[in-house]
Amino acid sequence: MNDGPALVSIMRQGSYLIASVHTALDDSQMIRFQEDLVGQIGGYRSRGVIIDVAALDVLDSFGSRTLRNIAEMARLRGALTVIVGIQPEVAFSMVALGMGTGSVHTALDLEEGLAYLGSQLSVSAIRGVGLHGV
Amino acid sequence: MDESTSVDVEVNGEEEQSAGERHEQSELLPQLVAHLREHRTRLRQQWVNRIHEAHLLDAMTPQEVAAETTSVYDNYVEVLETGSVEALQHYARDLSERIIPRGVETQEVVSIVLLLRDVLARSLFEKYQRDFAMLNRVLDAYEPAANRIANTVAGSFVDERERVIRQQQDAIRELSTPVLPVRERLLILPIIGVLDGERARQLTVQLLSGIRTHRAKVVVIDITGAPDVDEVVANHLVQTVDASRLMGASVIITGLSPEIAQTLVTIGVDLSKMNTIGDLQGGLEEAERLLGYTVSRQEGVTG
Repeated sequence: MNDGPALVSIMRQGSYLIASVHTALDDSQMIRFQEDLVGQIGGYRSRGVIIDVAALDVLDSFGSRTLRNIAEMARLRGALTVIVGIQPEVAFSMVALGMGTGSVHTALDLEEGLAYLGSQLSVSAIRGVGLHGV
Repeated sequence: MDESTSVDVEVNGEEEQSAGERHEQSELLPQLVAHLREHRTRLRQQWVNRIHEAHLLDAMTPQEVAAETTSVYDNYVEVLETGSVEALQHYARDLSERIIPRGVETQEVVSIVLLLRDVLARSLFEKYQRDFAMLNRVLDAYEPAANRIANTVAGSFVDERERVIRQQQDAIRELSTPVLPVRERLLILPIIGVLDGERARQLTVQLLSGIRTHRAKVVVIDITGAPDVDEVVANHLVQTVDASRLMGASVIITGLSPEIAQTLVTIGVDLSKMNTIGDLQGGLEEAERLLGYTVSRQEGVTG
């Protein structure tokens, strides 16, 4: 259905997956992102997921619901999700339209997100790479 | 066919007539200007006398009045001559900039310009009193120009006032919602004065961009200085707190006055998600705790 180049890069960093959204996604691209990400969580046995939306200047209700769903699916697959990089304008318009991220944790940027996952999971992202190899 | 032809003829006739009028006006105005130049000193003095009689411009010294009236008079005549109000507009703006701070009111300025119009009109009556038809034509040429001048001056004055007001509003807006970093990753946002919808919106924008710039984790909003909060503003505050959370910062609200606390509960704003603490000191202590700071007093230091 959607064969074009991926608009989200999903990178593996130790026991975390970092998904970076490059541009505004339409509904089918959002679904594709969800399928890719949820699939990879199991494949890499990831413990944490960071979704970086810093490049987005708008996030619609479908988008924010999908992000909430992804977080819930990730939890079922054993990973904790944090959404990072929500821009000020996006944050306020989301709140004004009554769509939050629910119980999903949010952080300022990638660094903060990593720190949050580190404190919650007490597993260093570096350790996974350094000691166990690929 | 016949009908349309006759209409055409009529239209042509009208055009010719108005072109003739325009032609006559363009001849009359130089004549008018020459007259005004010739009697400049006398007419200006009459005008100044009328200004004194009407008790206008009392805030200015006679020398200043003389200087300003001379340049207004010359500008006035120049506009009549050239038909371009641009120079006058510029002068009026400049003038208003100088005299508004001295308490000269807009209606005062308008009255002065209207006085000049009347003085000049009187002199025209005098000059052409023997030739009524000519007087009518001269007035036809003079009146629109004079009214346009009065309009321009009044407009420039109001523009200048509005510009000053806008400038001050901007200044107040800038000053009114400072976002202050007190420690690394800790911001305080003291709110002083009445929070209206516009200020609340401004505050949100500044806070959210402040969170990003300073990479803040905790924000203390102190509303000790806000006398009252209405439902719209309270809901906006709640949204600001939610939006800050989306950006990874937690918000502590301090200094809710008894009146505001009662208002918020009475109007039923959902404050369950808000972290509130009595005063700014308590809020800062809580914020330091959240960030892992411990502040201790050194023994033996008397400050």
